[in-house]
Amino acid sequence: MDLDALTGCLTTSACLVTQTTSGLIIGMLLFLVAVGLTLIFGVLKVVNFSHGAFYMFGAYFAMTTYQLSGSFALAMLAGAVGTAIIGLIFERGFMSRVYGRDVLMQLLVCYAFVLIFDDVVRMVWGPEFKSMGMPSAFQVMPLFIAGGVVPPYYLLLIGVALVAALVLGLGLARTRIGKVIRAAAHNPGMVSALGINTGLIYGGVFALGGGLAGLAGALAAPVRSLTPGMGFSVLIESFIVTVIGGMGSILGALVGALLIGLIRSFGSLGFPLFTEGLMYLFMVIVLVSRPSGLFGKEVA
Amino acid sequence: MTRTRKPGISRRTTLALMGGGVASLAAPWVASAQAKTIKIGMPTILSGRVAQLGTSSRNGVMIEVEKVNASGGLAGRQIEMVIRDSKGQPQEAARVARELVNTDGCELLIDAEASSGAFAVHEVARDLGVFCIHTNSETSSLTADPKQHIPNAFRTARQGVHDSIAGGNYAAAIAKAKGLKKWATCGPDYAYGRDTTGEYTTYLKRFAPDVEIISESWPKLFQPDYTEVVTKILQAKPQALYTCLWGGDLTSYIDQANIYALFSQMEVFAVNMADYTALTVVKNLPKGIHSGNRYIKTYPGTPENAAWGDAYKAKYGEYPTNWSWENATAIMLMAEAARKANSADGKKLAEAMKGLKIKSPFGADGTVTMRAEDNTLVGYAIGWGTTIPQEPYVPDVKPGDWKMIFELEAEWKKSKGFT
Repeated sequence: MDLDALTGCLTTSACLVTQTTSGLIIGMLLFLVAVGLTLIFGVLKVVNFSHGAFYMFGAYFAMTTYQLSGSFALAMLAGAVGTAIIGLIFERGFMSRVYGRDVLMQLLVCYAFVLIFDDVVRMVWGPEFKSMGMPSAFQVMPLFIAGGVVPPYYLLLIGVALVAALVLGLGLARTRIGKVIRAAAHNPGMVSALGINTGLIYGGVFALGGGLAGLAGALAAPVRSLTPGMGFSVLIESFIVTVIGGMGSILGALVGALLIGLIRSFGSLGFPLFTEGLMYLFMVIVLVSRPSGLFGKEVA
Repeated sequence: MTRTRKPGISRRTTLALMGGGVASLAAPWVASAQAKTIKIGMPTILSGRVAQLGTSSRNGVMIEVEKVNASGGLAGRQIEMVIRDSKGQPQEAARVARELVNTDGCELLIDAEASSGAFAVHEVARDLGVFCIHTNSETSSLTADPKQHIPNAFRTARQGVHDSIAGGNYAAAIAKAKGLKKWATCGPDYAYGRDTTGEYTTYLKRFAPDVEIISESWPKLFQPDYTEVVTKILQAKPQALYTCLWGGDLTSYIDQANIYALFSQMEVFAVNMADYTALTVVKNLPKGIHSGNRYIKTYPGTPENAAWGDAYKAKYGEYPTNWSWENATAIMLMAEAARKANSADGKKLAEAMKGLKIKSPFGADGTVTMRAEDNTLVGYAIGWGTTIPQEPYVPDVKPGDWKMIFELEAEWKKSKGFT
């Protein structure tokens, strides 16, 4: 434990800025993955254990597109859209067959696909780790804000994630499609009785969730190494986020993800040997005091 | 749907089993017909995150086995490699090793496991008395600890303590020249990371006593994001950073540290940087990272080494790894030992191996030696230099001093109670 380092950091603006942005980027990437997970659970009532694979596909799609086209924007698009398509096929072809079934059945299907997707990546891109490389536009000196260090690429990353959060939140709350999705989550039988194709909605939500994870993978690709199975650790942290924020709550995913990010960045200063443990400890506290998560609906 | 077939063994399965039985009864006849070949079993990691360890070990072995077979084999017997995946699990490595000897009829073993598995295979070798060469485990105690010693097991891998002495000495010289007193370390949080970092800083401080470690980070192995570690190190404002991260962890660390301009704010010493697996993957390799040599075809800067690296690349489409040369060396030594003993028998090979010195592209002076006292490889190329972002990646390697390594290693062994 090194509380001096932590208090020292909290009282200097340079350290405060650096650690806060570092917490924000970890949190924002986590949010993009976790929000898909929570969205799919909220509407489809299934826990998508293969969600990490979508993050992995996003990263690989982005890398290949970037290598072929040299365009960073196109790479991000390919990461999100390509993964959304896989999500749609996965939902329509497989997941839709196990709705309402035993949770163990759903888990087995998802786990099978975790293994299959990892091996597909291994066959297509090879077993060794890869790196996409930072686009030259972002290979610049970091910004110095109030003495703190902020890499420009991370500003973009935080911005994109924020925009995604806003569009998603407003879209669900204000648009007609959003209303239909919320209605389908609440009472799918009624929605389909009104002549709305619930299959389409389910497929769409799954594609959206997958696409967001893909976007997170694409955004992470320039700074993280790509390997088959890279989605696994991200998935575990996303579960912590959804448990803290509350399953099915988008605001909960955002708050949970940012909290985890900040715990990691400040925890590594104050509790260098217990940063991981801190995350789980926080989850335990939330679970004990609010079993359905910070923003989850009380279980009736 | 109705079930037409009763549970239990069907007629078809019974027939298949009978067929299998006949085939296995016939097997000894097949084996005796090919008695001239000698089978070498090789448990290694061919799947999972470090599959590259296994594939490049296999490549390193096969390129040399083909040469040996083309020139008449091991004391006249053609080598047949039986290579199995242990998935990186020690208990699986031990099981595979045992099976290779008992069921597959392998007379010799090459243990191409990482350290965790190597200790498990070592126990199998002790139990069965089979000739065994450890090719990838760098953990010093595997051969340095007399409790581990058995006459039939050898190591052709680097050894952690050798690297730490050479690396500590190199870093201390630079620390003194540039006045680097405040150091930070960052190592993966498992046995290798902890041990290597500990040994390295011990020797660094010994050669440069006023060095002070002001910050330590222990990220998890295979952690996807190092941002908090990077910023923590930036806050501590050290003058130099030592890291023994490796492979994909090292490359993502570099990508993430790069955008914080970490490499322009301190000297970085990354022992595992100068390996083609990492060098060719990093897209924006910073200039001036200090690294130990793992395998590069330009060090030792001999035509033999360059030719070996190029031949490997021509055959497999990528450059050799550190594991490739270590495994190739195992076959080279076996071939020489078999020539000397005029036999491929495990016991005779083991006797011939002791103290054997062979010409090698990977030797610091063109030769490597299987040291008789502890059955481990010495005299291999060991050195440190700084990186540039394109080939030859590390243009100028400062060789480590084997005389000094031997002296300090003897002292280290004494301090551990090994001698």
